[in-house]
Amino acid sequence: MYDIKAIYEAESVAHAVQLLMEHPQAQIIAGGSDVLVQIREGKQAGVELVSIYGLDELRGVSFEADGTIRIGSLTSFSHITRDPIIQTHINVLGQAVDQVGGPQIRNIGTIGGNTCNGVTSADSASTLFAWDAIIELTGPGGVRQLPIQDFYIKAGQVDLRPGELQTGILIPRAAYEGYQGHYIKYAMREAMDIATTGCSVNVKLSADKGTMEDVRIAYGVAGPVPMRAPTAEALAKGKPTSIQAVEEVAKAVLEDIHPRDSWRAAKDFRQHIAVTMAQRALTQSIQLAGGAVHE
Amino acid sequence: MSKQYKLVRCTINGKQVEKMIDVRASLTDMLRDDYRLTSVKKGCEVGECGACNVLINGECFNSCIYLAIWADGKEILTLEGLAGPNGEISDIQQAFIDEAAVQCGFCTPGFIMSAAEILESGREYTDDEIRKLMSGHLCRCTGYENIFRAVKKTMLRRLGKHAEADQILT
Repeated sequence: MYDIKAIYEAESVAHAVQLLMEHPQAQIIAGGSDVLVQIREGKQAGVELVSIYGLDELRGVSFEADGTIRIGSLTSFSHITRDPIIQTHINVLGQAVDQVGGPQIRNIGTIGGNTCNGVTSADSASTLFAWDAIIELTGPGGVRQLPIQDFYIKAGQVDLRPGELQTGILIPRAAYEGYQGHYIKYAMREAMDIATTGCSVNVKLSADKGTMEDVRIAYGVAGPVPMRAPTAEALAKGKPTSIQAVEEVAKAVLEDIHPRDSWRAAKDFRQHIAVTMAQRALTQSIQLAGGAVHE
Repeated sequence: MSKQYKLVRCTINGKQVEKMIDVRASLTDMLRDDYRLTSVKKGCEVGECGACNVLINGECFNSCIYLAIWADGKEILTLEGLAGPNGEISDIQQAFIDEAAVQCGFCTPGFIMSAAEILESGREYTDDEIRKLMSGHLCRCTGYENIFRAVKKTMLRRLGKHAEADQILT
């Protein structure tokens, strides 16, 4: 038995908003792989819950009229990985979330929960940062959208206002069309582990595949929340796809990231692997985009 | 403490059932305490060890971190559901015995249910794919090689590749 004071099951998004307004102390539970563990540990003992797990309308991946990819917030990691839209257009997101926990966790864990818990190590978050994802929130005042970078306030805290729940994650067409990406998770084990550091890169090449037209580099566990590496990105734009340029860009990420010492790894070590990961992920992205990294 | 209950209707091992369930219960609690399906083990109870793994609508879930109320309307399969009409054990269970993939047995039902999902797909997986699909479980007795072999051999046999299965050395 869980130490739960009461649980309210939402039957629709509007009903969820209503329940959250009626029970301002209540915590939202989606898949529960974080919330239930926190209750078990006693951190959230005696909590009131609003369960949104039953809201099938928030599951699945689809296209909006303008070509934006919409990922329902309750879509599980395993369903994202298997989804044909994801596989065709933003395959790296499917690959990234296929590295979360283990198979059972990927069946219960939702992309909405993974971003709403505000943790820097979330395998989905760095890739969503790299794709300029938009977070859609539904609350008593209606629907609002904001860039994922603005959604994260600080470690463990996101811009989720009273009565609001996350209903979708949107990837605009301009953000994915022509881009290819690669994610690297560095962890101690290949399953059931949290990233020591994660790096997600995507790249758009020129028509002749010789120049990096645009590069986006994002990290998890390189600071208190997931982040982009704007200095390195600016440096990469317009550069040839050469070994030297890739190395230069990778080194520049040290201007942007600020990892810390923790029991998982030392700051120096994280800085070291962050550069190597950027180099490898950028090289891989260039190859996926049809280019080659040359002398 | 809560006195909140909910009627949970679901199919468990092919049988339609319903019961009033305490909303605080995990699916592990419900399966063990209300339906006496004790193959579903209480291990870590935080979704790390896989001992409580069951299939819900054909997918693997750690039932310890799944609220019992969410099972409403779902199809649940536990290890007990793999038995034949006269209680015969299934090929995958026999393979675990033959390969000595069981020692204390605590992790076994969870492992076998992950294997059941793999085998039900009817696909032939590579060794790396099998290892990844079985990675959500901890075994502290046997090491994982015997378990891996039991799953691989059963997969090959179900695909009619008996000779290939027999060639894998124990």
